Amino acid sequence: MSEKNWPLYEVFLRSRAGLDHKHAGSVHALDAETALEAARDLYTRRQEGISIWVVKSNHVHASDPVDNPSLFEPADDKIYRHPTFYDIPDEVGKM
Amino acid sequence: MSSMTQKEALTAYATQIADSSLFMGHRMSEWVFKAPTLETEIALMNCALDLIGQSRSFYTYAGEAEGKGRSEDDIAYLRGQTEYRNPLISELPRGDWGYTIVKSYYYSVFAKLFFKALTLSSDKQLAAIAERSLKEVTYHVRYTGEWLLRLGDGTQESKKRTQKSVDELWDYVGEMFIMSEAETQLLQDNISTDIAALRGAWDQEVEALLQQATLDVPTGTWTHEGGKTGKMHTEHFEYILAEHQYLQNRYSGCEW
Repeated sequence: MSEKNWPLYEVFLRSRAGLDHKHAGSVHALDAETALEAARDLYTRRQEGISIWVVKSNHVHASDPVDNPSLFEPADDKIYRHPTFYDIPDEVGKM
Repeated sequence: MSSMTQKEALTAYATQIADSSLFMGHRMSEWVFKAPTLETEIALMNCALDLIGQSRSFYTYAGEAEGKGRSEDDIAYLRGQTEYRNPLISELPRGDWGYTIVKSYYYSVFAKLFFKALTLSSDKQLAAIAERSLKEVTYHVRYTGEWLLRLGDGTQESKKRTQKSVDELWDYVGEMFIMSEAETQLLQDNISTDIAALRGAWDQEVEALLQQATLDVPTGTWTHEGGKTGKMHTEHFEYILAEHQYLQNRYSGCEW
């Protein structure tokens, strides 16, 4: 039973004060249950998280860097999309 | 009946709990650089550190209860073989991965039941250490239990080797539930707990998991013993003790 055959899982942690899960790293594991344990053992030793997600790495679909010019660069000159140009009424509170 | 004062009994009791954790932790730490994968290595190191941390708390309390100024290190390192009172299962060699998993699972289920009961001790300090330790060993049960399922219900080879460990180690289970002299004496004041009464719950939990892992549940009732009395440690104990005590013997009183 060598690690070569173990699928890779991506690990996401939500910190104590955090609102969202952030990518922390990856682990090799037999299945989702042992991946959660491996993630706990590797990535929460110093109180880094209070919630863990693991996702099989091959379930993550990534954009291709080759496409970056057409995907991301068109946003470069659309600065008006940032909300800094608008006054937010106090009643709205924190956004 | 007993020749021990209450103070001596409490010291002996805290020490025997510490001894169990210490050698379980020591054996687990032997997997450094040798575990099958990085993930499993760090998992066992976490467990080993939990166990050694537990032993430190109990040794420190033993020293306080005794009141002769002995530190955790004095008690942990400066005793002869017969003065260590851990059950034999905790000093057995680490063996292969399956052997370590089964050994740790058997012990951890016991430790979980034991610490849970000890949280109700009339001794507040013991209860407090037990409460913290309980969280740790509950995870050890989960981790080793998950592995046991996968080894038992894994490949033919893993099943064969795990079943062998399940059978061999079964003969060390009974000793964990035998009351020591100190344990019996402290039961009157509700300081210690009745560990003999925990065996039924242990059997139930372990049998259910072994069955789920498609492993045969051993039926033997005989047990090795002699660790908890100190009278008959295994032949492995002298070696582990030599390693454990080497620094203190060579550099007396050295500290980290």
